[in-house]
Amino acid sequence: MAGSWGRFNIVSLVLGFAFLYLPIVLLVVYSFNESRLVTVWAGFSTKWYVSLFSNRGLMDAAWVTARVAFLSATVATVLGTMAAVALTRYTRFRGRLLFSGMVFAPLVMPEVITGLSLLLLFVAMNFDRGFFTVTIAHITFSMCFVAVVVQSRLVTFDESLEEAALDLGATPARAFFQVTLPVILPAVIAGWMLAFTLSLDDLVIASFTSGPGATTLPMKIYSQVRLGVTPEINAICTILIGIVAIGVIIASIVTKRQEIQRRRDEQAVA
Amino acid sequence: MGRFLSALAGRFVIAVPYLWLLVFFLAPFLIVFKISLSEPAIAMPPYQPVFDFAQGVKTLIDRIGDLSFANYLWLTGDPLYRNAYLSSIWIAGVSTAITLAVGYPIAYGMARAPASVRPTLLMLVILPFWTSFLIRVYAWIGILKPEGLLNQFLLYLGVIDQPLVILNTTTAIYIGIVYSYLPFMVLPLYAALEKMDNSLIEAARDLGCPPLAAFWKVTFPLSLPGIVAGCMLVFIPAVGEFVIPDLLGGSETLMIGKTLWNEFFNNRDWPVSSAVAVVLLLILVVPIAFFQRSQARAREAEK
Repeated sequence: MAGSWGRFNIVSLVLGFAFLYLPIVLLVVYSFNESRLVTVWAGFSTKWYVSLFSNRGLMDAAWVTARVAFLSATVATVLGTMAAVALTRYTRFRGRLLFSGMVFAPLVMPEVITGLSLLLLFVAMNFDRGFFTVTIAHITFSMCFVAVVVQSRLVTFDESLEEAALDLGATPARAFFQVTLPVILPAVIAGWMLAFTLSLDDLVIASFTSGPGATTLPMKIYSQVRLGVTPEINAICTILIGIVAIGVIIASIVTKRQEIQRRRDEQAVA
Repeated sequence: MGRFLSALAGRFVIAVPYLWLLVFFLAPFLIVFKISLSEPAIAMPPYQPVFDFAQGVKTLIDRIGDLSFANYLWLTGDPLYRNAYLSSIWIAGVSTAITLAVGYPIAYGMARAPASVRPTLLMLVILPFWTSFLIRVYAWIGILKPEGLLNQFLLYLGVIDQPLVILNTTTAIYIGIVYSYLPFMVLPLYAALEKMDNSLIEAARDLGCPPLAAFWKVTFPLSLPGIVAGCMLVFIPAVGEFVIPDLLGGSETLMIGKTLWNEFFNNRDWPVSSAVAVVLLLILVVPIAFFQRSQARAREAEK
């Protein structure tokens, strides 16, 4: 019903998107500000970006964050996909209710609780806090997001395809990797990206579970923000926004192409 | 042979994520609960190195024999905590209502948009969600400050002649929560509204129902699952929110997430912060269970 897309709807969309985007746009604009004062425009300058790269602490934190995010997103994608398969394929097994509860609860669990409880676990297990404890913590909460994303794709997947492969003598692993995985791949990739950005963003859980030598970028940004707002933080935020935006745009182009390809294939079959 | 392998694969696929979540999600809660019952006096002295820290907790766990509810009594006795819980629930509730009021027209406009634009609009809603939470909250500091952009703009327009004090007030927390959680509200609402059969509205209109009444009697009830999901997705994490009250709120606004953080990082009182976490969890158990049931039902309906 394109005709009923009235003025009210357009106005609410414009206002809504302005609200969503204006703060981010302002943040980006003021990262190019000449003045030390974030809110007073004094001309265009990229000097904050230059000073950023000579900031050793920030660069170290960025490197730690990138490694944590990459490793945790990869493991979380494997575990989350398994969890999604378990939840969609096996409707009856002992403890399924507990399992599905544990998959969905972290989605809404306040981060302070997750962070504190994981820290106490690591201390009880006598784990040295640092890179690996942050990574484990990130795997744990982001695998649940992956599971939800993959599950939504799996429910629409025709199971008889995989059964056919099994009947034709494929091992379960082969049937999964050659039949199911290619179909759900866009969702798996989306899940990986989501896990990656969740890890990149996380301040609270990382603060609890991290130890000396494993300061992540959000922790660094947070401690600087507490000291005051500076254009340098705007600059690093702008870079992060840029990376994420490019990633999302590439991903959406890829999935769109795949969608078109899939439709073409389906039409060819029909 | 194939059946056997298949069953084995099934076991494996279930067992690995299951074990992971048992160890790293469920077990930690039990430890939190245990520690919350230990004497506050055994709490680690502040500035000890990590190794002794670990030993401290070990002996602490060994001495679980003498459980004590002192921390909980302390929590209920101290008005600071009670107020923090109550104001967290209040702030989260009010913010959820505002988010719903802001998000509904957006989701409605999206669902009524021509089908060709919808994917783009959807992506525009999701995109801010991908950018860091911390960054989005930080962006508001520059806007809401007394010498910030909003005040400059309003002064320029002549609407006000004194800068408004918004940063470090509860209003700033509301703005921060509504802004940060808006995508969580819009997405389930949009999903519910988009699925809706438009002919229902047309039928109502044909039968002489005025537009507003048609919305209220047809569209709104049909979007209820989306409303419930959206409200839960905003309310539950907002109750325990830390970053927003810490960066945007003032010292007079107590929220429990911030209290827990201070108790842990500043006072280093692990037993009390564990007790704070357990009580927070108990408060949230009902909405979380409710959320899970509605999710499960939605999933069933999809099949």
